[in-house]
Amino acid sequence: MTDTINNLETAAHPENLRRVAIDPVSRVEGHGKVTLLLDENDRVHQVRLHIVEFRGFEKFIQGRPFWEAPVMVQRLCGICPVSHHLAASKAMDMIVGATLTPTAEKVRRLMHFGQMFQSHALHFFHLCSPDLLFGFGSDVAKRNIVGVAAAYPDIAKQGVLLRKYGQEVIRITAGKRVHGTGSIPGGVNKNVSIEERDYLLKDIGQMIEWSRDAVGMIRKLFEQNLDEFNAFGRFRSHTLNLVRADGAMDLYHGGLRARDMDGNTLFDHYDYSHYWDVIFEDVKPWSYMKFPFLRSLGTETGWYRVGPLSRVTQCDFIPTPLANQARMAFMAFAGGSVAGATLGFHWARMIEMLHAAEMIQELLLDPDLQGTDLVHTGERQERGVGVIEAPRGTLIHHYKVDEHDQITRCNLIVSTTHNNQAMNEAIRQVARQYIDGKKLTEGLLNHIEVAIRAFDPCLSCATHALGKMPLEVELLDVSGNRVDVLSRSSDGAFCSPD
Amino acid sequence: MSDTFHLDGAEVPFESGQTVMQAALAAGHYIPHLCYHPEFKPHGSCKLCTVKVNGRTTASCTMPAEAGLEIESETEELNALRRTLVQMLFAEGNHFCPSCEKSGNCMLQALGYDLEVHTAGFRHLYPDRPVDASHPDILLDFNRCILCELCVRASSEVDGKNVFGLAGRGITKHLIVNAESGQLADTDIALADKAMQVCPVGVILPKRVGFSIPIGSRRYDERPISAQALDDAPRQSAASGGCTACEE
Repeated sequence: MTDTINNLETAAHPENLRRVAIDPVSRVEGHGKVTLLLDENDRVHQVRLHIVEFRGFEKFIQGRPFWEAPVMVQRLCGICPVSHHLAASKAMDMIVGATLTPTAEKVRRLMHFGQMFQSHALHFFHLCSPDLLFGFGSDVAKRNIVGVAAAYPDIAKQGVLLRKYGQEVIRITAGKRVHGTGSIPGGVNKNVSIEERDYLLKDIGQMIEWSRDAVGMIRKLFEQNLDEFNAFGRFRSHTLNLVRADGAMDLYHGGLRARDMDGNTLFDHYDYSHYWDVIFEDVKPWSYMKFPFLRSLGTETGWYRVGPLSRVTQCDFIPTPLANQARMAFMAFAGGSVAGATLGFHWARMIEMLHAAEMIQELLLDPDLQGTDLVHTGERQERGVGVIEAPRGTLIHHYKVDEHDQITRCNLIVSTTHNNQAMNEAIRQVARQYIDGKKLTEGLLNHIEVAIRAFDPCLSCATHALGKMPLEVELLDVSGNRVDVLSRSSDGAFCSPD
Repeated sequence: MSDTFHLDGAEVPFESGQTVMQAALAAGHYIPHLCYHPEFKPHGSCKLCTVKVNGRTTASCTMPAEAGLEIESETEELNALRRTLVQMLFAEGNHFCPSCEKSGNCMLQALGYDLEVHTAGFRHLYPDRPVDASHPDILLDFNRCILCELCVRASSEVDGKNVFGLAGRGITKHLIVNAESGQLADTDIALADKAMQVCPVGVILPKRVGFSIPIGSRRYDERPISAQALDDAPRQSAASGGCTACEE
């Protein structure tokens, strides 16, 4: 094969190629689209993932009072709103000059681990387990959570109950399971009562046990499919994530750590309040989504990946015993090779879910949760930056606020944006591995979606949920005329006019 | 000894000078309302309190109570009209409950829930209304104004300041600040003013309070507005026949 991965971004002579579009590859926040350009021999020349929807939060938050931001911007997402709620709150902590009280910080951390727990459970069990359990090209009618419930009822039930537990943690700390108001500039608006604590403690042992089982399950799947899983959409990249001052995984707060694809540290414990000195965003004419890159490496080679795989592999240790054991086993598995696999995201994700469960237990046993000193404010600032590790990766919120308390500028770099180039690289690899030179089928196209799902549950949710997302793949000639079409209807049936 | 009228079949006593709304609330009967406030003269503008008196519709907050009236309020026909009025109020302004700090404490939102307003009903007008953040302690978000004039009345009648007024006609009618600059910072409004306490929606807000009241502890989280309004109203004491608010 002579092409490099990067060559698949832009074909040398697109005018002579067929265009295949997976449209929509949609997600909760909007719609995504994958386009492929193929020649007459079905060889792949160009693959692009486009996120086509305009969100606009950065614009319409302007003029709003700063204390509104943590509640408003969380509407960006229905799966991980807590991450936006907390990232915006952290930025507003800087605006109001706050140093959080122990109660406020621990309630927020508990909220965040509830979020991490439920989001990872949703992603792995509801959205991705059908691919992993049945096979990427398996019967589309069965390849959904209903199929999992029929074939593996215990796994499906655990997935539902794991997510429910995380949602309960969020409800108790934020007031609602989705889009609560618990975190406010300078602290939180409620503590955790003894009754609420005991309610959550009741089931935490079971949650930890099921989380361990989930780690065991993905390990077993890797053992059964090692060669395929390890090679699937594999590519090398730099990494970015937050770490604690001692190098431990910290999903709520820390300094930025970036390493190159050979493991060399580019920067470490970097104060994220000046993130723009190390991270910049590039714009490409074919995508509405920006392409962040590490300034020191430049636009062409400075792209990186964020998320569970980056966090688990790049931290020095995980500060809870069971998750750290799981991390060490993961890092040692198959000579350490899985740590670079795209599907390794799933394994890392389950390790983080176990860590979240352990942290929830630890926090619930901390009497600071019942403290009454909830909010602190200090000297007012004009600029606030909040960074957090959201379920899908590093999330940056950056605001400027004027003397009238109105937001004048907002910049959000969300996990999916950080992973933009990485997801493009993954699907290009998959296209070359599975589609290049072959006649298109639904099963083959699902391989591309499997690679996307490894990164981003928002994309996978809408394309995969219960097999009901309508999907149409068109073959067009160079004049835009439709040559062939393959459709998946809203009942999951896959058909071709042929 | 007081006279009585009938409200939805129940006998309601009233004192001379009371309106139907005042007598109904005092006797423990809720009639939906927005611009009515027990401490101010009736206004009759929102029409949520419309009832049928002897078969004719009228605003109960301005209708003097009379002996022997037969009044309907809690009927599907009237509640359907009220739902439409609430929908129109939502459509006229920019009411984004999900990110509004008055959520849970807002009378318009609470009425929407209580009247079971499940759909928008009308195309939203999305008016372009600026926010006045000029005052160091008070925010004015005109997007949510429903023109009830409670702030106008409170500032004029209680505070003696005339900070607020209404300008324009018809659909262009809007709340203004009585200052040459039009900015709240150039008025003598203060946090302790009555005008700060009466806005039924999220227009007049003390700054930097935001979402400090947790979900579950807000005004309408536990009890619907129909129950809360009865608690707030001056009540007729069963034992003395007097007003509970006056006994304090």
